[in-house]
Amino acid sequence: MRALTIAIVTAVLALPAFADEASIALKKAPGLDKVQANCGTCHSLDYIQMNSPFMSAATWDAEVTKMIKAYGAPISDADAAAIKEYLKANYGG
Amino acid sequence: MITRRRLVEHAGAVLAGFGAVRFAQAAVPGLSDALPSGTRSEATLEALPGKKPLIKLAYRPPNYETPIEYFRAPITPNDAFFVRYHLAGIPDANDKTIDPKSWRVEVGGEGANGQATLSLDDLKAMPSAEVVAVNQCSGNRRGLFQPHVPGVEWGFGAMGCARWKGVRLKDVLDKVGLKKEAIEIVLNGADGPVTDKTPDFVKSIPVWKATDEATLIAYEMNGAPLPHLNGAPARVIVPGWTGTYWMKHIVSIKPVTKPDTNFWMAAAYRIPVGKFPLVARFISQETAANTPITEMVVNSLITSHPDGASVKAGTVTVGGIAWDGGYGIRTVEISTDGGRSWKEATLGQDLGRFAFRAFSLAIPAQRGKLSVTARATNAIGQTQTAALIANPAGYHHNVMHTVTLNVG
Repeated sequence: MRALTIAIVTAVLALPAFADEASIALKKAPGLDKVQANCGTCHSLDYIQMNSPFMSAATWDAEVTKMIKAYGAPISDADAAAIKEYLKANYGG
Repeated sequence: MITRRRLVEHAGAVLAGFGAVRFAQAAVPGLSDALPSGTRSEATLEALPGKKPLIKLAYRPPNYETPIEYFRAPITPNDAFFVRYHLAGIPDANDKTIDPKSWRVEVGGEGANGQATLSLDDLKAMPSAEVVAVNQCSGNRRGLFQPHVPGVEWGFGAMGCARWKGVRLKDVLDKVGLKKEAIEIVLNGADGPVTDKTPDFVKSIPVWKATDEATLIAYEMNGAPLPHLNGAPARVIVPGWTGTYWMKHIVSIKPVTKPDTNFWMAAAYRIPVGKFPLVARFISQETAANTPITEMVVNSLITSHPDGASVKAGTVTVGGIAWDGGYGIRTVEISTDGGRSWKEATLGQDLGRFAFRAFSLAIPAQRGKLSVTARATNAIGQTQTAALIANPAGYHHNVMHTVTLNVG
């Protein structure tokens, strides 16, 4: 129920669902599904491209940790690890 | 402020309202080469409802900056004014929390003697006040930082200047009465996070700033109601200070006797102590290491010509805008020799010390490359920096702006 509610809210608040998030094309690589399922709950994924390719591995790690610790993103440890690896491998500096 | 339950209640209306709208995307001409390459490849020119095409940096929450050509005049049109949100829980324009007919702002708290609930009609029945003031994101030009720092990678356009009309915040606070121990006024808007665990975007300002004559609750922007995504139906105007304090969709104004400790005050929007030549302090929020960002640093932007523009040999008139934290612009100077010599530009109409101030200067242009640099100085002698002042969050970029013209 909780997940369903979040999904509904995300759809509602995709304020720029009227702008076209479908045009965002992240690199197809292992972990992309975890990025879409987790990060995409709260923000569009163009934030990732926007912050590339200058971010070091340590900076990407810190960013994902900040999303969980400071912003309360409900991401499992396994998914967080997969997301970090995806970002470092595909959008690192 | 928004809660998940309230959002779900309004889900039907929101979906019905937005479903059919589509907008064309286009590549952005003239993006600075200094931006991260990822930013340059994902940024697009797109129109939000009621807006001209702006530079889309992020869809959700929406972060769209104003193209530089709109800064050729000192007032930024409402439909070209930049859009910036931290969190994606944004009520639809018809949502009862921000609909002008049902909107209310609650005023009161432990630092106040009383409590009041005000409607838009209540505000409009009070004495009105106006100010022309620059609203600039703390992180404007973050994308130009070298080395780059994480965040929204703004170019030059996370700012705008408008004539704001509303009521003085101090008049609203007078309705409830401040206790003498009150030190901050905590501001909250109707927008908020998508999940319960994300800290709601809440900001406080010191009582001295909240009770300044120029600090308003505005319900008009350039003579029209505020656009939805610029804080309708009413937002706080904190002239001279960066945009983080200009709470959009204001619904709660809470005087407090202890420093606010929420994430957006205690952890975000902080600058290292002693790095910037600033006067305005936010003492109740200061630590030994850092302090909340407060007033804007003095700055200027050349807007007459994009970088790399072609011009004819002879005389070319260059110009742009300058602004600061509310002391007023004293001079803008132009250099065409990399800062070795400077010539004073002519200033345009004075719209007040918080406004953009236009400048222009006719300069000789011989065939070849012509480098044009602008440097503003304010009424208390502060000027722009030649070298970036590094800070972790990428705030207060006021490196002198240079454009190179191709004279043929």
